[in-house]
Amino acid sequence: MVAIGTNGWNTEPLGGMMNLQDNIIVPETQTPSRQAGQTAAAQTQNERSIIEVDNVDFYYGSTHALKSITVEIPEKKATAFIGPSGCGKTTLLRCLNRMNDLVLNTRLTGSIKLDSKNIYDPSTDVINLRRRVGMIFQKWNPFPKSIYENVVYGLRIVGINNRSLLDEVAEKSLRRAALWEEVKDNLNKSATDLSGGQQQRLCIARALAVEPEVLLMDEPCSALDPISTAKIEELIHELKDTFTIVIVTHNMQQAARCADRTAFFYLGELIEVGETGKLFTAPEKRQTEDYITGRFG
Amino acid sequence: MVEPENIEKRLSNNRRFDTIFAVIGLISTFVGMITLAALLFDLSTDGLGRISFQFFTSFPSRFASQAGILSAWVGTTLVMIVTALTAIPMGVGAGVYLEEYAPKNWFTGLIEINIANLAGVPSIVYGLMALGLFVYQFKFGQSILSAGLTLALLILPIVIVATRESIRAVPSSMREAAYALGATKWQTTRDHVLPYSMGGILTGVIISLSRAIGETAPLITIGALTFIAFLPDPPIKGEFPFVSFDWLWSPFSVMPIQMFNWVSRPQQEFHLNAAATGLILMVMTLLMNGVAIYFRYRFRKRIKW
Repeated sequence: MVAIGTNGWNTEPLGGMMNLQDNIIVPETQTPSRQAGQTAAAQTQNERSIIEVDNVDFYYGSTHALKSITVEIPEKKATAFIGPSGCGKTTLLRCLNRMNDLVLNTRLTGSIKLDSKNIYDPSTDVINLRRRVGMIFQKWNPFPKSIYENVVYGLRIVGINNRSLLDEVAEKSLRRAALWEEVKDNLNKSATDLSGGQQQRLCIARALAVEPEVLLMDEPCSALDPISTAKIEELIHELKDTFTIVIVTHNMQQAARCADRTAFFYLGELIEVGETGKLFTAPEKRQTEDYITGRFG
Repeated sequence: MVEPENIEKRLSNNRRFDTIFAVIGLISTFVGMITLAALLFDLSTDGLGRISFQFFTSFPSRFASQAGILSAWVGTTLVMIVTALTAIPMGVGAGVYLEEYAPKNWFTGLIEINIANLAGVPSIVYGLMALGLFVYQFKFGQSILSAGLTLALLILPIVIVATRESIRAVPSSMREAAYALGATKWQTTRDHVLPYSMGGILTGVIISLSRAIGETAPLITIGALTFIAFLPDPPIKGEFPFVSFDWLWSPFSVMPIQMFNWVSRPQQEFHLNAAATGLILMVMTLLMNGVAIYFRYRFRKRIKW
């Protein structure tokens, strides 16, 4: 990740940048104020933080992956984490539902609060936490079972086997994930026979079926074609009225299109966080500007 | 700079080595195949004539033409039942524990190395241990129970290793998907890890059973009989409570021991009986391996990620 001099790169990223500026969707609540003094963490009165990450350091063995991260995730908004590969954005995302517990030799200091309760407190029920904070993975991972069984799995594991209730939840979740019309006649078909985009939406439906409060998305579109990507982005727009969404993405246009707030990470540090429109048009930090204008990363 | 002609020459050299290696590989493959075919042919020419309904339904006899393998195949079947019922749950359980539950530290590392070593222990050593432990210490006697447990110990490491291998082949994304929905470790294992690795586990189990079925040394050590003219108490009865476990305590013989007994007789006719028994054993083993291949194929076809 070396900053390249202006004479060293072709004009293509610039072209992309123009495109990016055109496509920015400005959220309604946002006032396009560009005063340099406005703090990044500033929030309007009606925004409540559902997740508060406070001074978090995270280590994989001796690798210091996250360095004193403090960030708040507003409720029922979409927050994007952007940054170059290896900057820690996925690591932070996986800390939010303690998915990193599954990785050996990891250590976290600091606190992450969900509804003001520290999820790293020993009294936390991790199973319950993961039901409240759902996750969509970079590579879609439906179970090699039927579409129906995939969607209702989260209910089955808490002992719900009432067929009519399961049917109802399956339809509702698939509708929410904009997949119902495509699969309603083939619910017993194997999930792995669907196309990649459909499989990813199925994973979203599966996560929605347990009615989480927060939905974590780890580069959900990175392996999808533009049309499938557009569908999932549209979905994010609809879902954020009901759920809090945190999305990790490599694609800055995607962050600009989907997210109300964006956080920029670099080398394990949170460089800047703010309203998406502001971060992309008037970043406060030099590194942010360099990254979003394509000077590195 | 290398001359173009030189490169041409080297390329043709490379091609020649390629061909030579392919030929050597082909020959090595055929050595194994031909040996197996010759063995089957030899056993067939000697033994095929002896295989008849009578051969399966007769007890051993001092007259070669009247002798049969009834007590031997019944013994083999019952011993295998005991072996399967003990080795499969223990082996799969241990494999699942080591892969999914056990913390990764020096102690589990030591256990892993030892399990791999156990798979290489000569079978007669298992026989000696079983003689001391099952026959004398636990007072199970020279019974089907002792034999089944001995063979179970013998194949346990193979089952554990096969289980771990196939569990490891389940992508971690499946586990993550389940955990992210709030599944517990056990639910993840029961609903996903085990079903998706079942093909590989079954294959390993069947192959290990087909190894156990031919084992002779440890059973001779614990005192299998070579001549037995009665059957164990039947497991299913006509009157209440319909099942009986008395057969577990019965003395027994198994097919390889029956074969060994006949081979050691001087009369040629008994050798034919031995060949026939050997042929049946081989066909059984090949059939079991065939079933294993079928399972592997079926499960692989059904599951893709």
